[in-house]
Amino acid sequence: MNVLAIDTSNQLLGVALWKDNELKAEYTANIKRNHSIGLMPSINQLMKETDTSPKDLDRIAVAKGPGSYTGVRIGLATAKTLAWTLNIPIVAISSLELLARNIHNDKAFVSPFFDARRGLVYTGLYQRDTNDMKLVEKDCNILMTDWLTELQKLSSPVVFLSQDLEQHKKTIEEYLGENAVFPEPLLHFPRAGELAYLATKREADQTHTLTPNYIRMVEAEAKWLEKQKQDRSNHE
Amino acid sequence: MNNYILAVETSCDETAVAIVKNGTELVANAVSSQIDSHKRFGGVVPELASRHHVENITVVMEEAFQTAGITMDDITAVAVTEGPGLVGALLVGVNAAKALAFAHDKPLIGVHHIAGHIYANRLMNEFEFPLLSLVVSGGHTELILMKEHGKFEIIGETRDDAAGEAYDKIARTLNLPYPGGPKVDELAQKGNISIDFPRAWLEEESFDFSFSGLKSAVINTVHNAKQKGIEIKNEDVAASFQASVVEVLTEKTWRAAKKYQVKQVIIAGGVAANKGLRKGMEEKFRNENMDVFFPPLSLCTDNAAMIAAAGYIAYEQGHRADWALNANPSLDLENYGNKIK
Ligand SMILES: [Zn+2]
Repeated sequence: MNVLAIDTSNQLLGVALWKDNELKAEYTANIKRNHSIGLMPSINQLMKETDTSPKDLDRIAVAKGPGSYTGVRIGLATAKTLAWTLNIPIVAISSLELLARNIHNDKAFVSPFFDARRGLVYTGLYQRDTNDMKLVEKDCNILMTDWLTELQKLSSPVVFLSQDLEQHKKTIEEYLGENAVFPEPLLHFPRAGELAYLATKREADQTHTLTPNYIRMVEAEAKWLEKQKQDRSNHE
Repeated sequence: MNNYILAVETSCDETAVAIVKNGTELVANAVSSQIDSHKRFGGVVPELASRHHVENITVVMEEAFQTAGITMDDITAVAVTEGPGLVGALLVGVNAAKALAFAHDKPLIGVHHIAGHIYANRLMNEFEFPLLSLVVSGGHTELILMKEHGKFEIIGETRDDAAGEAYDKIARTLNLPYPGGPKVDELAQKGNISIDFPRAWLEEESFDFSFSGLKSAVINTVHNAKQKGIEIKNEDVAASFQASVVEVLTEKTWRAAKKYQVKQVIIAGGVAANKGLRKGMEEKFRNENMDVFFPPLSLCTDNAAMIAAAGYIAYEQGHRADWALNANPSLDLENYGNKIK
């Protein structure tokens, strides 16, 4: 199965090609740049070097967030259109799960996270289960301090993965002490190759209706819903 | 061999895909409007618009192909609105268009949104140069002179609000639901021009526009009347406001048309659907030896057919974008035209 994987959900740009049962090519750039400029040239380069035509693809894999709203949309707009026009399945995977998969220690709890400003993070809790990654707490948008209070209850080591680690390291240590585990630097970068491989084993999503996992509602919409609720209770 | 341009347009709140044959024949014009979703906020919420574009994009593409009865193999090139517009919204279209072109190894063309609005008319009538276009919408009020295909000279533009923006604000003052522009036009048809609102002519030779003074005058009038308990009819406010806008737009367009001795005048953009403006222009140009064109309603508001029509000219003139094409929310029309040689 030939899979093209796309991850533009955070600062890192990742594309990879899984072809003929192996990782053929993988490209990662960790540059602050608009993914709209970098994505298609990277795909083009990758396909050229591996002598692959779009028609050779069997599947598209995409990281669906959480992350940068714009970044996630660039990835999904590209992936959805490729899958639809090539008439091949699309597989969308959580950007947090993708990062968590860098950890291979059996039974380890893994908390990948992305900074979401004002003390908030996007995170979830995953656990290695021999060959797979189990979801323990689903992806959410939460105050880091609230999240750490929850993790304290586990009373066991938790591996933290993030490119924004430095910002939160002290707080994590304050809450979890010895149970806070920070692996070596390279493990904090999600791998598009992993995304491509994972997609070979996952069930496909519906191309037309596939949406990013923003986790957060549009602010205006959230306020509007809140107001509707208030108006209703005022009537009662 | 036939030339088929497929175009994608997502600069604001319409997800649109169209296919145009040989530059002038519209074979598919699919538009998914988000008006219902933005209505409750009284205006377009950019983040919400971007989200809807991602939800809709492949559905709208499919609809366009179904209507046209052709496949990607038949497509000559893929065109897309590069700017101006809401950056997050534009990005969805740009990346979807790139994916489509890449998957089938087709040329990619970036198109200026305003060039699109002007070229919508070429789906109805062949251009004759020199040509003057008044582009009026929620984001634009511009007088553009064209001496040849693909070249644009902005001879006048608004110094503050766009005409459509003024319409929306007046609609809000009169408590009309979003989108308010057409509602003001409707009310104006039933009212009398009984209030003397200002007309901003600016410097004598200027083809620029200004609507902020008019907007404030209308808001103050409504406000003062309410405070003093005087009843003024919304219909009359709308009619008087519209009379001011239409007079300035028609007079300046007419003066520019005379000065540059144009053969055609094209009114484009969302406000081109305005009945008062249509009537005003027809009266003003009745005795002139110039053709005045208004696109049909479906081509006035944002659509991808116009992007395909403009994209065809860009394609013929050799313009090609590369895979690094990005959205450009402040894309300049004159520079864009110069890029096409
Ligand atoms: Zn427009």
